[in-house]
Formats: sequence, structure tokens, C-alpha cells
Amino acid sequence: MTANGVIQILIFFGILLLTTKPLGAYMAKVFEGRRTFLSPLLGPVERVCYRLCGVNPDAEQRWTQYAGSLLAFSVFSFLFVYVIQRLQGWLPFNPQGFSTAHAPGNATAMTPDLAFNTATSFVTNTNWQAYSGEATLSYFTQMAALAVQNFASAAVGIAAAIAMVRGFARQQVSAIGNFWADMWRATLYVLLPIATVAALVLVAEGAIQNFKPYDTVTTLEGAKQTIPQGPVASQEAIKMLGTNGGGIFNANSAHPYENPTPFANLVQILLIFIVPTALTYTFGKMVGDTRQGWAIFAACAIMFFAGVFVVYHYEQAGNPNLTNLGLQASATDTQPGGNMEGKETRFGIAASSLFVTVTTDASCGAVNSMHDSLTPLAGLVPTVNLQTDEVIFGGVGAGLYGILMYAVIAVFIAGLMVGRTPEYLGKKIESKEVKMAMVAMIATSLCILCFTAISSVVTFNWDKSQYWNPAQGNPKPAPTSSVPAAANVANDGPHGFSELLYAYTSGTENNGSAFAGITVNTPWYNLTIGLAMLMGRFLFMIPLIALGGSLAGKKKTPVTSGTFPTHGPLFVGLFVGTVVLIAALTFFPALSLGPLVEHFLMHSGKLFTWVAPALTHIANSGVWS
Amino acid sequence: MWKQMIPAFRAVLLITIVTGLVYPGVVTGLAQALFHDKANGSMLTDNGQVVGSSLIGQNFTKPEYFHGRPSAAGSGYDGMASSGSNYGPTNQKLIDRVKADEAAFRKDNPDFTGPIPADLLTASGSGLDPEISPASAQAQVARVAKARGVDAGVLAKLVDGHVEGRQFGVLGEARVNVLMLNMALDQQFPVKK
Repeated sequence: MTANGVIQILIFFGILLLTTKPLGAYMAKVFEGRRTFLSPLLGPVERVCYRLCGVNPDAEQRWTQYAGSLLAFSVFSFLFVYVIQRLQGWLPFNPQGFSTAHAPGNATAMTPDLAFNTATSFVTNTNWQAYSGEATLSYFTQMAALAVQNFASAAVGIAAAIAMVRGFARQQVSAIGNFWADMWRATLYVLLPIATVAALVLVAEGAIQNFKPYDTVTTLEGAKQTIPQGPVASQEAIKMLGTNGGGIFNANSAHPYENPTPFANLVQILLIFIVPTALTYTFGKMVGDTRQGWAIFAACAIMFFAGVFVVYHYEQAGNPNLTNLGLQASATDTQPGGNMEGKETRFGIAASSLFVTVTTDASCGAVNSMHDSLTPLAGLVPTVNLQTDEVIFGGVGAGLYGILMYAVIAVFIAGLMVGRTPEYLGKKIESKEVKMAMVAMIATSLCILCFTAISSVVTFNWDKSQYWNPAQGNPKPAPTSSVPAAANVANDGPHGFSELLYAYTSGTENNGSAFAGITVNTPWYNLTIGLAMLMGRFLFMIPLIALGGSLAGKKKTPVTSGTFPTHGPLFVGLFVGTVVLIAALTFFPALSLGPLVEHFLMHSGKLFTWVAPALTHIANSGVWS
Repeated sequence: MWKQMIPAFRAVLLITIVTGLVYPGVVTGLAQALFHDKANGSMLTDNGQVVGSSLIGQNFTKPEYFHGRPSAAGSGYDGMASSGSNYGPTNQKLIDRVKADEAAFRKDNPDFTGPIPADLLTASGSGLDPEISPASAQAQVARVAKARGVDAGVLAKLVDGHVEGRQFGVLGEARVNVLMLNMALDQQFPVKK
């Protein structure tokens, strides 16, 4: 690690410390329906939106109605995105002619399973991408289908979090707010203004924003190079701010047109964390004790710093197998050293490591370096970050309701230890609340581990594989063999398992980043990862809205000398311990088969050569054959 | 939930118009007015001819040009296929590629000794990285100077002039834009044909 690198990380965090309170207080005002400095401008727009949608923003909803509105909104969102993708060949803003007879030769077809996967992905705030944007999607699809969901899915997340917070803030009422009011306020007052400013900052740094067809230039050495164009900056800003992560281009935020300079990069990482950090303050404000919010902030900050320095340390240490070949490992003033495979020169090791950590602490999933090429323990950090259910500040909204779930479990454990009924923020945590928290927590763990296990062993016989999971590799295996789903990984050995584990972890936790070597645009992966995204989103979110609804009906018990304080260092420690313990207990066996064993093998010089496992399997042995 | 279907449908339609058409439209209008060149791709021209973008790397193989980093985008710097190699650290292919590139680099640059800067033999995340580290540029100076028949010291100064330091002195890493450096080379020290 270099002094400069550490300073870059501290600058990033220092800026967040400054924005947390003002933005958090502003959001508290917005969601309590009070006037803000943007009200004169946006108030009329907001009222028009309610009128056009035919909703009454003051009609308070019980948790079941709130969740019903949220689900209905998500269902139509899914249908819109699916239909626009499938019809993009007939829709405007398609200069490259994707999904038409004039499509470029290397274009990817928008099949039903890919459209399902992508629609699910963007509606659930995951932004897992089984396609390569520049070779698949028209500008219209990017703007009017995907970028819209970058706003909408983020607003849904914020709404759900605010609903849950109201459960703690209110007492003896059955209602937890109005979904439509929360959703529109999040979009109009929080997401749109910040995204507009951020998009222009990104353009000023060099991100593109146009509707031109792709350019073709003759390079200095006389070759032809096609340079894609498009409305990039507008989507880029909300992609980061909404912790969505789905880039216009395949290379995501590593692509110079998405993320052109180190300053643009800093802006992007800040955009990921700016709303989640501020929401901790909003939470404190709404429950009437800002110390509660800062305690959560502190707990998240501890886990963030632990993660970022582990990644930075191991990435700067580099890959011994490359150092042995005569590559420079240590940083100097004129070159970055370390593990530069998959990283951009302008970002170097520190800014890339910071991005890796932040994008997986939150449910963002944008990448400015390729996670598949991280050294094993540096790759362990993003995997574990996701597996904590992304509660290290977390995604917009999704982070806060996940955090509150862990807080409930933490006080429950503390209650067991001292033998008192657990309380959080004056609310007694009883059987129903703990059950709801456990449903949410187990849903994601189960989803990750089961899907990873199934894809590790499932095998298709040749005929079925032609549709479900066409054999990968060059040359293609002989048509008599069977094809395991695991044959789609790009790296052999434990790293291949890490790719599979990461894929289902990323899908379930609605992150969307990938160990991207794995081939996932097949019906098998599109459907299973699509299901994982749906389960990870709604089986996690709905129980927690229910938890909020249940809490809203309870009386607040007065603070006594026996009350366990949840704003001090003891609670911070307990919270961190709970998160780490649960993630470790659930996932240690899986992690030891992937990144942990790979670390030791890398240092012993063991390398893996790709052999298509299709050839080594016996036909007709799998579940699906 | 069923009663919510009509407001839900309208809300999705409305948010599509607001954030899917109005928002990108407004941003495009402002971007085109305020930052016209950047919004359109930071294109570089030579005698009125567009030769590329300062942000998108190009494939350089001739000895008289500075070379960029290995690229996993298509067959190399393919704008339609931005991608990293996605090789894990224990992948034999990664080691084989670096080994081959290292041998080729040593052969082409016999005057350079010492460890090779890490960025020069590793594939970037985008496959379109327009830049290399200053050390990676200096490592190629002797070769380029010989191929162009100019003094290595003069060329080293040209490279120094093209170094862009950390942004605001702290952010990111120092770097050299390969395409812009090579355009300057062609202008100042054209290859004798």
C-alpha cells in the first residue's frame, strides 16, 4: 500500500462524512412530506404525477397494501422492460439496427430467456448483465427500459426502507405510509436532481452523451476501429446513484466512455454510497434519535475499512506467478505495480480496490476492474460483502432494511444472553419479528447455496443441452457427450467454483457484478439466476415490510436502567459481530472451496489448465438428462 | 394488490416518460450545448481526418510506435467487444500469455533491463485502455528512437511532456496517452519512407 493510495481512500470517506448529515436530514424531510428547498420547483410536478396515476398520497396504507402496491408496480415494470426489449427492432433510437435484419454481424440475439433475465435483473435493482450492451441493445432500450428501472427499482428500495423505519418511529398504528408517495418522492426529490448534476459532471470529464450511430475510424496503423456511441452519461449517473450497476458497455465502469478519468471515478464511487450513508442519518432522524443512525454508520464504516484494506493489500502485493516472470510488483512514482490484470492505468491499484469494495458493500455491482482477475483473498472480500446481504451501508434502501434486519437479530441474540425480552428503539422484539427477520435471512442464504450446488453438479444430455446450455469451448465437444452446467466457467480449479458461487451470490443479493469469465447467456443460467434475483429481492424485502408493519402497531416502552443501549460502542460491536458471524457460519464451507484454497495454491505455484469437463463426464448421469 | 393494478400501470408509464425520455433528453441537450466535443466522444483529428478518440485505445504493433497494453477486447482494441481477459490468478493461460509477451518485449527492447512495469504486460479491464504508465512508455523509448532514427534523449523528453500526473495531484495514477503520444511522434519525427 502506498501513502497516496491510503489518502485516496480517506478523501473518499471524508467527503461522505460531510454529505451524510445534510442529505440525510433532507431525505427525512422529503419522506415526512415537509417542504424542502426543491418544493417550489418539484411540488407541482409531484402533484401532477399523483393526479395522472390516480392515487391519493395521503392515504395511509397497512403493510399488506403497501407491499401490494410495490409488487404491482414491480410486475408492470417487468412487463414494460420485457416487451421493450423484445420489440426493440421496431422501436426508434436504434441506429445499429439491433434485432433487425441490418444488425451487425457480432450482435447478440434478444432471446426470450435473455429478455426475461434482463428484465428481472433491472426490476430487482440487480443489473446482472448476461449480454454485452454495445452489441445487443438499442439506445431506446437502454434509456426507456433499463435506465428507467435504474430510477424505479432504486425508488422502490428507498420506499421499502422508509416504510420499515416508520414501523420503528410510529406506535400503535396499523399504517406505514403510502407507497406511491414514497416512490415518487424518492424519484423526484432525491434521485433525479442528483443524477442530473452528476451526469453533467461525468460529461465534463469525458463521458459521452449523444444519439449518434457508432463511429468507424481508421487507426494510425491503418486498421478499422468501430467506436460505439450513445446516451451514456445520463444512464451512468443513475446506474451508480441507484446502486444498480448495469453499464451501457460490456466493460462497465472500466470503459473509458463510462468512466473517463480518476475524478469521474471518485464521483462514481461517491454516488454509490451517498444515499445509503445518508439514509442512516435519515433513519436516526425519523426515529427521533440521530445517535441511533450514527451507531449504524459506525458499524458499517468499520466493516467497509476492513474490506477495502484487505483488497488493497492483496492487490498491491500482486500475483507471485507474474512477479516470478519479471514483472514489477511494488509501486513507484511512475508505475502502479501490483496486480494490474483487469485494471485500468488511470485508476491503478488503490482506486480500483476502493471501487471493488464499495460496489459490493452496496448492491451496486458496477465494476471499474474485472473481479474475475482479482487475487484470491482480494476476490474473497467482494464475495463476502455480498453474502452479508449487503448491509455495509448497502444499496439504496435495500441496505437500510437489511441493516435493520441484522439489528433485530443482534438485539435478539443480546436478549438471549441476558435473559430479557429484546428491545430495539423501544419496540419489543417478539416471536413474530424474529421470525420475519429469519425468513428474510434464510431466503437469501438458501437461494445462494442451493443454486450454486445445483449448477455445480447438473448435467444435460447432448440433445437437451442444445437448448438449455449449449456446450462451450473451442473445439466443441463431440456430440455424444453430456454437458455439465459447470462447463461454462472460464477458469479451471477452485477459481471456476468461485465464478459459479459469485454468480448466484450476486444474483440473489441483487448486486450484479460478476466473476465475468463464466458464460451465462444460456437459458439455464438466464432462468436460474433470474429466479435467484426475484427470490433475493422479494423474499427478503416483503418479510421486512411485514416486520415494519408489525412494529408500527406496538407501543414504545420507556427507557429504563435495564434497557440495552443501541447507540453505543457495545451495540456497534454486537452488530458487526452478528453480521460477520452469520455470514461466516453460513458460507465458510463454500468459501473454503473457492478463494481460500486458491490463495494457498497460488502461492505454491499451482496453475490450472482448461480442459472442457464435458468430455470427462459420463452421459445420462445428471438431474436433467 | 389487484386494486393497485391501474395506478401501477399508469405509474410505470409515467416514470418511463419522466426518467426514460425527459431526463436523458434534457441531459443530452445540456451536454451537447456545454461540452460538445466530450459528449461526442473526444475525437482526435489529423489534417481533418478523424483518427480515433483520445479515450479509446488503439492496437499498435509497429516498432516505431509506442505500444499499449495487451487487450482482451476481440482481437485487440475492438470497440465492439470491450472486455477484460477474466483470467483468474491461477489460470495457466494468464501465465502463458505474460510469458510470451515478456519474451517478445525483451527481444524487441534489448536496451531495456530490469523488471517490466506491471501494467505493460497485463490486460486492462476494458480492453480499450488508452493509456500506459510513464515507466511503461520510458521502457519503449530506446526501441522507438532506433526505429525513427532520433536521439533517445529527445524522445524521452517528448514522453515526459505527455505524462499526465495524478488528477488534482492525488487521484488515480500518472499515465501517458498512447495514441496522442504516437500522433505527436508522427508529427515531429515522421518515419522516413
